Amino acid sequence: MPSLPFVRRTIDQVMTEERAASFTKRSIKSAAKLEGLKLALSMMDLTTLEGKDTPGKVQHLCRKAIAPMDASYDVPSCAAVCVYPNLVRAAKQFTKGSTVKVASVATAFPSGLMPLAVKLDDVRMAVEDGADEIDMVIDRGAFLRGAYRQVFDEIVAVKAACGAAHLKVILETGELESYDNVRLASDLAMRAGADFIKTSTGKAAVNATLPVTLVMLEAIRDYFYETGIRIGMKPAGGIKTAKESLAYLVLLKETLGSDWMTPDLFRFGASTLANDVLMQIARLKDGRYQSPDYFSLP
Amino acid sequence: MKAALAKKSATAVHPNATAHTVVPVSERALRFDDGWTYAPAPESAPPTLKIDAAYGLFIDGTFTKPGKTFASINPATEKELAQITAATAADVDRAVKSARKAQETVWSKMPAAERGKYLYRIARLIQEKARELAVLETMDGGKTIKESRDIDLPLVAAHFFYYAGWADKLAYAFTGRTAAPVGVAGQIIPWNFPLLMAAWKLAPALATGNTCVLKPAETTSLSALHLARIFQEADLPPGVVNIVTGAGETGAALVNHPGIDKIAFTGSTEVGKRIAATLAGTKKKLTLELGGKAANIVFDDAPIEQAVEGIVAGIYFNQGHVCCAGSRLLVQEGIYEEVIRRLRDRIATLRVGDPLDKNTDIGAINSRPQLEKIQELVASGLAEGADLVQPRCKLPKAGYFYPPSFFTGVTAAHRIAREEIFGPVLSIMTFRTAAEALERANNTPFGLSAGIWTDKGSKIFKMAAKLRAGVVWANTYNKFDPTSPFGGYKESGFGREGGLHGLLPYVTLR
Repeated sequence: MPSLPFVRRTIDQVMTEERAASFTKRSIKSAAKLEGLKLALSMMDLTTLEGKDTPGKVQHLCRKAIAPMDASYDVPSCAAVCVYPNLVRAAKQFTKGSTVKVASVATAFPSGLMPLAVKLDDVRMAVEDGADEIDMVIDRGAFLRGAYRQVFDEIVAVKAACGAAHLKVILETGELESYDNVRLASDLAMRAGADFIKTSTGKAAVNATLPVTLVMLEAIRDYFYETGIRIGMKPAGGIKTAKESLAYLVLLKETLGSDWMTPDLFRFGASTLANDVLMQIARLKDGRYQSPDYFSLP
Repeated sequence: MKAALAKKSATAVHPNATAHTVVPVSERALRFDDGWTYAPAPESAPPTLKIDAAYGLFIDGTFTKPGKTFASINPATEKELAQITAATAADVDRAVKSARKAQETVWSKMPAAERGKYLYRIARLIQEKARELAVLETMDGGKTIKESRDIDLPLVAAHFFYYAGWADKLAYAFTGRTAAPVGVAGQIIPWNFPLLMAAWKLAPALATGNTCVLKPAETTSLSALHLARIFQEADLPPGVVNIVTGAGETGAALVNHPGIDKIAFTGSTEVGKRIAATLAGTKKKLTLELGGKAANIVFDDAPIEQAVEGIVAGIYFNQGHVCCAGSRLLVQEGIYEEVIRRLRDRIATLRVGDPLDKNTDIGAINSRPQLEKIQELVASGLAEGADLVQPRCKLPKAGYFYPPSFFTGVTAAHRIAREEIFGPVLSIMTFRTAAEALERANNTPFGLSAGIWTDKGSKIFKMAAKLRAGVVWANTYNKFDPTSPFGGYKESGFGREGGLHGLLPYVTLR
């Protein structure tokens, strides 16, 4: 049984936000921009998490993930599609034969406020239906009242229920509020068995931000130096523009270095980001902006 | 204790270690020198930036014809930018006389609110021309465009705005007393923040009714001369500010001129001492802002990641050409190795090169003599047995560059722990207790600044009260603001610049 994190790291808010802002000042032009945008696209978990989702909607999403744009633009497929458990079968069917993985949210997403047995069944069923990756949520209520052991044990149990599926642990940083909490939750999740740590459900008022991502990447770095294991990172929610996605890549490059610049270790959870990235890629190739009507909806 | 904990954790097994590659301890490193990289992003000179082939002096509101000149070069390319006139004693005399006339007949007679309006106008013009001045500052001095654009120029304008506000409110600054101007101020400024130091000197002097003769450093005269063009555009009355360019002799002529009422000098401790000796026994007032060897103290309860950012901001900002640079890092022993590891990773991401590239973090060393001084002190550190850490980075072939560096294994007796290097080179030492940190921090002839990193508020106040340094930053470093006084203890000088305190050297209170 792995142990709880023993050293609580303290995070200074002012300097963290200052450092995070510095990444937005990097000037990414021409070839570097094109390369960065294609990399961002390859790291995308194209997401639909609506109450009104249907297999039909998921079919649109999957096709978009496999071939985001006309082949002449030479863009990669997205990394995965991310759906609710009921849509996993459909997603598996529509991504068949492609490199696109199917990720399913689980564990009473997005609140996580259900009995553990229900959450574990949720995970097992998604895995049985073919999910390659499970995006679980932590119990923020338990975390905020200091029941860290409970949060930890739940992640351990979910990890066991995942079997061969990869586990992403959503901290819902917008509800943890302080960077100290984000750091502690990251340390806790990694030690409990997370393959990825992820910022947000996309359902809270505040989703992924650069400073939160920075704090989580620092936790990943320290964990790597301690254990030799590379944990992945997924900022999710609120990243809408190509420019923002490049700032995240700059942050990643200057915090963890080139070993993490791969879809195996970094993902963007987003729904509208893809077309903005594609629009920029088209502009770099064609020399002009095109109407949004030229870019298919996911 | 932490080391023991860390050791224990190294053996802790990740629940799915089998599914993950476990990198052996000896190979645990981050790679920053390959993969996706940024394309060059040079800032272009705006069409409004016009650099003349040769510059005269700015005396009595007009530019003189260039006299005997010397070259001002771009330290990043070693190419000549312009010829600058070396002002003679006769030139200085004319400048002082013009300043005297303007002080007595125009500037001190003018309603204070009107003086304020001129300063506001100058501040606004600086904002309007910020881009061209930033590019010029970067070309002439070697500092990165990122810093001249985001730090120097905004602060220059902020200083003029701030002191413009004081001009007609001096009665509130010194209640119950009348603040009379001192007269004509001779101001000698350094090359590390050319335009910002001009603003620090000129703005409070002008707000209080003094007139000025300013001498920029010989390697960085251009931005002051372009500031003179702004004075013309603002219709500042002739003689209120005069700018005489040149090297040491010009400065000496200014210091020795009997028509000067006050000297303000920012530069090396060595020259400062000479000026103080020269002025001893004269009626001239004096303020000095000299060298430093600041202690940046990191306690084991600090937010370490952010402390590393503060260490970087403390020593690598402006290529380390900063008198208040955090050049002595004192780290509590329990976190020493962790801080070194993180700092090593962090400096591997710093980009050294073309200062005009928007992605450059460390630009050019200001001059060849300065580069040689850095190299000499680094050689002394190695000779005395300290260990040098530098990232792998390619330096441009032309120009003066030095990679971000730090020394470990430094003791208090090393030259690199006692002398100001004034370059991107950090000396790292350890301490055990707060009392020891304090003792080591104060164990220097300098006393300009210090930094404290801890999560404990009470420790900050306890340390700050006992540090003999003019500026103490807590959980940050190298932050400047016109409202905050700046100046030194001991051989770092005397007098304060900035804030209400910055008015004092320029007034006689009655």
